[in-house]
Amino acid sequence: MAIEKMDLTTTNDDILVVNNLKKYYPLSKFTIKKDPVSVRAVDDISFTIKRGTTMGLVGESGCGKTTVGRTILRLHEVTDGQVIFDGKDLAKVPRRKLRKMRPQMQMIFQDPYSSLSPRLPVGEIIGEAVKEHNIVPKSKYRSYILKVMRDCGLQPQYYYRYPHEFSGGQRQRISIARAVALNPKFIICDEPLSALDVSIQSQIINLMKDLQEQHGYTYLFISHDLSVVEYISDTIGVMYLGSMMEMGDKKKVFANPMHPYSKALLSAVPVSDPDVKMNRIVLKGDIPSPINPPSGCKFRTRCPYAMPICAEKAPVFKEYEENHKVACHLYSQD
Amino acid sequence: MGLLDKFKRKKIEGIDDSTYLTLREERRISRENTKTIKEYERIRNRKNVSEEEYLTQMRDPANVVEFDNLHTYFFTDVGTVKAVNGVSFDIPQGKIVGVVGESGCGKSVTSLSLMQLVQAPTGQITQGSIRYQDEDGKCYDVTKMPRDKMLRIRGKDIAMIFQEPMTSLNPVFKVGEQMDEVILLHEEDSTDDSARERSIEMLNLVGIADVKKVYNSYPHELSGGMRQRVMIAMALLCNPRLIIADEPTTALDVTIQAQILELLRDVKEKINGSIMFITHDLGVIAEMADYVVVMYAGRIIEQGTVREIFHEPKHPYTIGLMRSKPGGHVEGDRLYSIRGQVPNPINMPNHCYFYNRCDKAMDICKRHYPAMTQFNSDHRAACFLYSDEILPEEKEDKEDGEGR
Repeated sequence: MAIEKMDLTTTNDDILVVNNLKKYYPLSKFTIKKDPVSVRAVDDISFTIKRGTTMGLVGESGCGKTTVGRTILRLHEVTDGQVIFDGKDLAKVPRRKLRKMRPQMQMIFQDPYSSLSPRLPVGEIIGEAVKEHNIVPKSKYRSYILKVMRDCGLQPQYYYRYPHEFSGGQRQRISIARAVALNPKFIICDEPLSALDVSIQSQIINLMKDLQEQHGYTYLFISHDLSVVEYISDTIGVMYLGSMMEMGDKKKVFANPMHPYSKALLSAVPVSDPDVKMNRIVLKGDIPSPINPPSGCKFRTRCPYAMPICAEKAPVFKEYEENHKVACHLYSQD
Repeated sequence: MGLLDKFKRKKIEGIDDSTYLTLREERRISRENTKTIKEYERIRNRKNVSEEEYLTQMRDPANVVEFDNLHTYFFTDVGTVKAVNGVSFDIPQGKIVGVVGESGCGKSVTSLSLMQLVQAPTGQITQGSIRYQDEDGKCYDVTKMPRDKMLRIRGKDIAMIFQEPMTSLNPVFKVGEQMDEVILLHEEDSTDDSARERSIEMLNLVGIADVKKVYNSYPHELSGGMRQRVMIAMALLCNPRLIIADEPTTALDVTIQAQILELLRDVKEKINGSIMFITHDLGVIAEMADYVVVMYAGRIIEQGTVREIFHEPKHPYTIGLMRSKPGGHVEGDRLYSIRGQVPNPINMPNHCYFYNRCDKAMDICKRHYPAMTQFNSDHRAACFLYSDEILPEEKEDKEDGEGR
């Protein structure tokens, strides 16, 4: 216990510390087996996010990046591990107390068409939680909402309009305003741009950056679009099949991707220049099933550099450079 | 009388009310639409149309398809949506033509017009022609073709790959059955066995490892990338001359996207066909296309070869799109963004559609829609920045003003 406490005090600079987070979904709910078959959506992930920075989480669909986000907020219960947010282990906080902490951590969802209630006007959508959590006194409520709307680039006359009257970009602004209105410290952005057009995407990216500068938010930015992640993040984590493959400083990961999967992922991004011909590493096959992941290194079935040892032993997630961790046998031998 | 007025929406200060209609107006529009639509449908549903009516000549025999001043409108109850508003471009034999644009710019409707798949009766091709040349050099105007004749082209000579492979495959039939059906429908002397053989051959061609298993499985049993491969195999069954790929990789991951793009390029070489590639991703276009068409709000604003578009974009919208992509960015810079949004497709202004969002907007931009300026044989853009006609037009304007 004492050791844990010490851990908590040393993390003053880190707003979020995730230690060995696991989230398994059992396939059948009623089982007497000791070790039921389950989908290992998140399998032993650890990372930390510093205050006021952005961490990007990339990976293919089905690799568990959304589950990580949701489990951190405890929208799903944690199977095992620690989620230390601002010095408190969220995995152990009782539900009643968790509610009080909710305003500090917010989420922006992927699809702005389904994440806003069609029956509430914009002012209500943004203000509902503000009222609920008593963020501002009643007398200042309206002016506060209008201020938040202005900050997010929404005109005040939109206050009484309904979500269906807006385009995708405007709706995403509304969901950002909804998250920001609660004065959170930490915002999880779950693919906030993937439903938007290119010209609107850049508007939203700029808005998110501006808000971060003004209010010092910390973002966990989940996306499969690597160019966006490269632009917005400070650190990057690459996930594959529920595990972290590579993590580190943005510049280091992008300039020198060490894990074969990161290499393939980075080379797969199309470049907007017809004359640049990428040395593309095209991965064969599909992502394996998370119910029965490959033994040893999970990536070995698609890895161009797979060795015999990869099937036997899972590689250790180790720091090979300052702020640059990789889980791969290629580097662990020497 | 008072009752109808009650339906009128209350005017609220600061809100642009022009988009709201009274009930009376809506009824009037609806009545007019019914009339117009009936007329179009009557022409389309005629039987025994003589072939001469839809046989034409290609402008350039090296093209497979030529769009010529195509207009596709949707007659809705709130007004006419000009989804495609005067689009002209060619698809040369054996080339990939990329069509880029934001959602709602009419890129999909253009391709659907070519297939005669526009959602009727609301959607109608009102003007212009789409010329298609078949293998024997015969040339048809697709817009005038009767429905039964179109059946022979659609799916056979012109095949389509859709964005969402899960929704475009039928979930209650096995993949193999759906593929065989295509052959049995289009090739008269085919048997069940020959169809099966052909399907398996095509599944092999698109790089599916366990062909027999995929042939006998249902769509939901396959992954997204697999399904898209099946869709491509299906499109290839009848040796099409043109494949329309409507955002074929948008629903896929980057690594799978790379696989599918490579496959499409291979396949094009093998069948020596053309591809019309529709996407909103500039990176994909840069990799795939030979020619690029940039659309905005139902019109082409710039077109040219892929090098011209990416190395010397002319139209401010194209330039803006290139700059707003985050890749290859200088550290700490704010990302460039095009302000504002696409205009409402109903009641389009008669000036340049991009005027409100353009950094280089001039006076003339809010008075006329710019004509295409030709830079060389391929490259052209619709912008007054490059138009030589500014002076005479300005003069005309002044004269007009004085005359009144």
